[in-house]
Amino acid sequence: MSESAQNTAVTDERIKEISPLRKALIRPELGGMVGTVAVFTFFLLFAFDSGMFNAQGMMNWSVVSAQFMIIAVGACLLMIAGEFDLSVGSMIGFSGMMIAIFSVTLAWPVWMAIIVTFAMALAIGALNGWIVIRTGLPSFIVTLAFLFILRGFTIFLPQVIERKTIIGGVKDAAEGDWLAPIFGGKILQGFFQWMGDAGIIAVFERGTRQGQPVVDGVPMLIVWAIVLIIFGHVLLTKTKFGNWIFASGGDAEAARNSGVPVNRVKILMFMFTAFCATIFAVCQVMEFGSAGADRGLLKEFEAIIAVVIGGALLTGGYGSVLGAALGALIFGVVQQGLFFAGVESSLFRVFLGVILLGAVILNTYIRRIITGER
Amino acid sequence: MNPEHAPIIQMKNIEKHFGSVIALAGVSVDVFPGECHCLLGDNGAGKSTFIKTMSGVHQPTHGEILFEGHPMHFADPRDAIEAGIATVHQHLAMIPLMSVSRNFFMGNEPVKKVGPIQLFDHDYANKVTMEEMKKMGINLRGPDQAVGTLSGGERQTVAIARAVHFGAKVLILDEPTSALGVRQTANVLATIDKVRKQGIAVVFITHNVRHALAVGDRFTVLNRGQTLGTAQRGQITPEELQDLMAGGQEMVELEGSLGGTV
Repeated sequence: MSESAQNTAVTDERIKEISPLRKALIRPELGGMVGTVAVFTFFLLFAFDSGMFNAQGMMNWSVVSAQFMIIAVGACLLMIAGEFDLSVGSMIGFSGMMIAIFSVTLAWPVWMAIIVTFAMALAIGALNGWIVIRTGLPSFIVTLAFLFILRGFTIFLPQVIERKTIIGGVKDAAEGDWLAPIFGGKILQGFFQWMGDAGIIAVFERGTRQGQPVVDGVPMLIVWAIVLIIFGHVLLTKTKFGNWIFASGGDAEAARNSGVPVNRVKILMFMFTAFCATIFAVCQVMEFGSAGADRGLLKEFEAIIAVVIGGALLTGGYGSVLGAALGALIFGVVQQGLFFAGVESSLFRVFLGVILLGAVILNTYIRRIITGER
Repeated sequence: MNPEHAPIIQMKNIEKHFGSVIALAGVSVDVFPGECHCLLGDNGAGKSTFIKTMSGVHQPTHGEILFEGHPMHFADPRDAIEAGIATVHQHLAMIPLMSVSRNFFMGNEPVKKVGPIQLFDHDYANKVTMEEMKKMGINLRGPDQAVGTLSGGERQTVAIARAVHFGAKVLILDEPTSALGVRQTANVLATIDKVRKQGIAVVFITHNVRHALAVGDRFTVLNRGQTLGTAQRGQITPEELQDLMAGGQEMVELEGSLGGTV
């Protein structure tokens, strides 16, 4: 009795019941979920026979999506903390080049090259963040400067040292190294061999790899993507630090007034973005066995687009790592799917522009619902 | 006000100079637990500088701050917050995109241990937020409702409830009612009254005499960086307060020309 009286007492006649649809709309992942379903439906209908959904095809778009996911997680947390990093693509190129220079030109052990490269990347990320905090300039401008600075060094250094813009031979150098397989290796090889033997996935019928499955394991790149997504999601939604990330991006001044160490949060997020870019770079260098001066070109924009498709606001303070991961999945599936479907690849850019615009408009609308602005 | 209580905070002859500008020229104010001390003054009177000195944002050029009888030197606002001096700013208190519960515990997140990792204890945060909001008379749809959907008065109330929940002994309210409508102002004033009755000292900054008289126990008027004295409730009329704020004579003349409606 008292319970029900309480409930009627707290009902405010001016608070309209909100529909479940509106409630679902304010979940940042919604756009990503709808998009993922739409994209898969489309390609299942129109490209099912193209080989896109056999073992090789699936591995193809999974790897591309995982690449986007790795940098999207970093960009997502940084964007929610209220900042951008336009130097992600250049950081990928730079980190990859540093590993090649350290391990091939200087003949350091590969594990040492990887660790030193990570340390350099984290320092550059911290420098980005420190400049943004100290000068109060928009991160857009500061990291745009680093986009050029890092890319410039990535082209300059190999030309001066090796007189070329691609340094190869990393694969040989990584032979027998203990750290390299964590980035360039594969897992679950036994499981895939078993699936091949059992006839679940195709096996090579001739040649030196006869009897081996066409897909022989899950690349560590995909493992890293999953680990980073889980880490980012838990950090953002389930920890104290996650609350600080939202607060720093939502209103830095209000957060400071409440005792949130906003500067530390932002600098750490710049470092995390650089960390993610370097994971991408190491995986790529270990896979290709070489580092090129043009690696990672335009990746910063692709990361930001994936994050925005995933429901984050460009102005910060709102977004989701899972959404960003779905955004990256959409990105990867469409890019590779159009190839499988035999569509002219330039149309991918058209699709990208259209979906980006749609996502931003939807996000602005959702923001109005949340904040009750009219 | 209870005369046998010792003042919780004493500001003695506070002076603050910014370069060649003297913002405060020797201001003394005592604040007692359980009182609502109204700080009145026109724009530029030095109210903001004064409360920023009290909350640790500025260090006084001259003068002494005694907190619970001991001299205090606040290096930054965190020191003041830790000592129990909380400031609720008019605009910069809440983050609209975040839920009420996330806002309530911003900077003071409760954690629970799951194995080696510390997680934000959302269940506890949600429960406490709902209870505290109910006490203050705010009906939430749920703890995950965004602060952006609350009215200005409700946001002030959430901010006040938050400060009280985290153990504020002195609550500084910086013009909490200046941007609010009549009804919302009444709600905030009622909240101030509730907080005062819990024994917390409230420093209420306003330039609205009627709001001040509605809840104030004592009134200190600042004018051009100086105090014109502290008055007890009942010893002063609204007209006198208004005159003190505006610096006396000129206001009388102005008011005459406006027909006494200001």
